[in-house]
Amino acid sequence: MSEIFGIPTQALFGQLLIGLINGSFYALLSLGLAVIFGLLNIINFAHGAQYMMGAFGAWFLLNKLGLGYWEALVIAPVLVGLTGIVIERTMLRRLYRLDHLYGLLLTFGLALIIQGLFRQEFGSTGLPYSIPKALEGGQNLGFMFLPNYRAWVIVFSLAVCLGTWYLIEKTKLGSYLRAATENPRLTQAFGINVPRMVTLTYGFGVALAALAGVMAAPIYSVNPLMGADLIIVVFAVVVIGGMGSIMGSIVTGFVLGLVEGLTKVFYPEASNTVIFIIMAIVLMIKPAGLFGTQK
Amino acid sequence: MPEAREVLRVADLHAWYGESHVLHGVDFAVQRGEVVTLLGRNGAGRTSALKSILGMVGRRSGSILINGVEAINLPSHRIARLGVGYCPEERGIYASLSTEENLLLPPQVQAGGMPVEEIYRMFPNLEERRASQGTRLSGGEQQMLAMARILRTGARLLLLDEITEGLAPVIVQALARVILQLKERGLTIVLVEQNFRFAMPLADRHYIMEHGGIAHAFTAAELQSKTDLLHEYLGV
Repeated sequence: MSEIFGIPTQALFGQLLIGLINGSFYALLSLGLAVIFGLLNIINFAHGAQYMMGAFGAWFLLNKLGLGYWEALVIAPVLVGLTGIVIERTMLRRLYRLDHLYGLLLTFGLALIIQGLFRQEFGSTGLPYSIPKALEGGQNLGFMFLPNYRAWVIVFSLAVCLGTWYLIEKTKLGSYLRAATENPRLTQAFGINVPRMVTLTYGFGVALAALAGVMAAPIYSVNPLMGADLIIVVFAVVVIGGMGSIMGSIVTGFVLGLVEGLTKVFYPEASNTVIFIIMAIVLMIKPAGLFGTQK
Repeated sequence: MPEAREVLRVADLHAWYGESHVLHGVDFAVQRGEVVTLLGRNGAGRTSALKSILGMVGRRSGSILINGVEAINLPSHRIARLGVGYCPEERGIYASLSTEENLLLPPQVQAGGMPVEEIYRMFPNLEERRASQGTRLSGGEQQMLAMARILRTGARLLLLDEITEGLAPVIVQALARVILQLKERGLTIVLVEQNFRFAMPLADRHYIMEHGGIAHAFTAAELQSKTDLLHEYLGV
């Protein structure tokens, strides 16, 4: 069996693949957080719960309505995004003039309520969700076995992330969004409906979290705390990338997933903490994050 | 139906920033095609008056009729859609947008906006630097950009706040030529200015503001007899 640095290639690439999968979720979730923070100035602590709602949405659609993975990939993010719009309209809107801390506390409370309700209803054990038929099986690449579904998750996440980046950085709508992020009052005085854009942006960010949740459902079991476990790491990713930076979130998400995977191979004891160690170092050297700019 | 002659009528306008009461019953009117100045010292309420017309202050009361439509309770974006263009004091160029993105940002609020090609003919520097980050332009170029972007929108009522501030005399002269061209096209302009020498030859009428209200009003023809007033309020 071939080895790299004394590690069997099969094990090394297997861990790199897991790293990339985790990185895909880090990137999708931190991207949503970055979009929301950029325009709303709100640190959306409910993001993990909304990711979990996406996974449960897929489970509901399958078990109650008979709608499979592909339908869920569209319907669940839209439905969860709509709940986000209701939250923005009824609650977050009241906090925009206050310190970030108030938004963080409100969304943290919302996360606890949402998770509590789901745990009350479904308990803490996971619910199974199968891989869609079209993506069952895998490819033997010689140096490793690549499951089709995991390859799909990586490619699709990357496509969604780059699509979102393109939308924000290269389109007219994106220029409205960037302008409103920088100077909302003036942007509105030019005739752009900034309050509606804020609502839709929150809905979009939440929908991204729910999309990640649908994609995660066949990999991890669907359970009420699946987002709570992930969101702390995702916040560390966002801090490292730079709060509000779109490309920063994407690159940092994927790279940190890989770093975590490599750490599992070379020094497994540190695999759960490596991201937080990097976060501490980045905060000391560049507090605005690797891709962020100081406001 | 003929267009109404009066484009803007502000009556008993009060405005607040939080607890701070900054406008105390402002009254003035602007006719179609006029250039009107709001003069006064810093803190007299001129910028607040423009921001209040656009709904950019915390709270306001009174009446603001724009082309006959009551705007006192409308949000900013709907006021802009009544055909109002705004050039803010600090120019408001977006750092996250290129020069061209800054230029194309404000949506069309009325038909008849200036085509981009014509704008580039009027401000050739902007075309040369269209790909540059907006805030990397010189002060003069940024001011040109701030003016240019509202000309594209078709707005027929322009609110221009201190557009000559901090600019070299040659740029100020160029801006004066632009204002005259806009006046010839029939646009209505409210000009907040400290540079009286710039505003004087352009304006049809002048309002002097003091303590958040209109203290005096006079026409360009009456200017010669108002030198004492100008000296008292503006130090010119």
